Amino acid sequence: MLSLKDLRQRIASVKSTKKITSAMKMVAASKLRRAQEAAESARPYAERMERMLGNLAASLAQQTGAPPLLTGTERDDTHLILPITANRGLCGAFNTAVVRETRRMVADLAGSGKTVKILCVGRKGRDQLRRDHGGLILDTVEDVGGRRVAFAAADTLGQRIVGLFEAGAFDVCTLVFNRFQSAISQVITRQQLIPFPIPEQPDDERRAMALGARALYEYEPSEEDILASIAPRNVTVQIFRALLESMASEQGARMTAMDNATRNASDMIDDLTLTYNRTRQAYITKELIEIISGAEAL
Amino acid sequence: MVQQVHFELVSPERLLLSEHVEMVVVPGSEGDFGVLADHAPVLSTIRPGVLAVYHKGQVVERIFIAGGFAEVTETTLTVLAEEAIVVDSLERAEVERRLALAQEALQTADTPVLRTEAENRLAVIEAMLVALQ
Repeated sequence: MLSLKDLRQRIASVKSTKKITSAMKMVAASKLRRAQEAAESARPYAERMERMLGNLAASLAQQTGAPPLLTGTERDDTHLILPITANRGLCGAFNTAVVRETRRMVADLAGSGKTVKILCVGRKGRDQLRRDHGGLILDTVEDVGGRRVAFAAADTLGQRIVGLFEAGAFDVCTLVFNRFQSAISQVITRQQLIPFPIPEQPDDERRAMALGARALYEYEPSEEDILASIAPRNVTVQIFRALLESMASEQGARMTAMDNATRNASDMIDDLTLTYNRTRQAYITKELIEIISGAEAL
Repeated sequence: MVQQVHFELVSPERLLLSEHVEMVVVPGSEGDFGVLADHAPVLSTIRPGVLAVYHKGQVVERIFIAGGFAEVTETTLTVLAEEAIVVDSLERAEVERRLALAQEALQTADTPVLRTEAENRLAVIEAMLVALQ
């Protein structure tokens, strides 16, 4: 049985926790709006880039001399995984989901005899993966998140990955990140970055039309030159998009997690206050009984 | 009624413009080209320079593009710009400040990678200055 003083202290500490979680929830909510806008407004560029590259790639893939960024190295012995996580915790299952998916991928690939390398984006992913896959981690990139995702940061990362690829450090590169659906749901996604997944079957009418028009395109400068400059660009753009999606997901996940925490704190305060009042009353009753029985004894 | 071409200008951050216009002159890397309705399909890279939007024979908007890609189909022109700024909102002092920074970066660059990067940036800013004149 807790004494009255203990109860008072417990209530005070839960109250201050509640203040923190509800403040974090509000901060996350306002950041979420901005992150969501950024993610949505970046979609047109990435989509058009993908479509343009898809058209080009489909027409060039059969020819020799297409850049290996599109066609791959004709091997898939070494895989590079980029798990995109947050730099900070307290956002529910956001980071854990990415880490779990990464672990599963590593297990699958290692099981079929491939070499796996990991380039962590975000501090939390590294912290969780370091324990059992520490030897696979090449490096950690931490400075991409921040207040808002800068295109320059994605560009630096993209160029680094293209550099690693050209140096023959890996054959296949995959992004693992949370795709933003709504504030309460994020979908864990794997996206193959290198080689570029060429759309085999046109899945919608627009794509079919674009493919139909493909043969008629004129290229300035040559097809190969355009492809050579567009392919590394696409890597950057896809990374940028994934970072934005991940950022929006993080804020959404944090908002939900902090909302739950705030509600739990409220419940706990109610419980503790009830116990506190009961205990207080019990003390008063006990003292009264003592006084009365004392008076009767006289 | 002159036939119009649907013009879309997108930067990595967002969709900047999506409108019907009469003609757009794009600074292609092999030379400027004008795009009207029913233009033959073209894919082109863009050099740093000024993109001009025409309406009723007059330039209505001049936009500085730092490089990127243009895709032309019969009905639409899509420009994927790395960076796009309306020329009127460029400020001379600001551009000159960036020019000085870029020149300094070029001088301090010690690896070939850094060097090409600095050279590219300088080229963009010089094109910006030309656009201002």
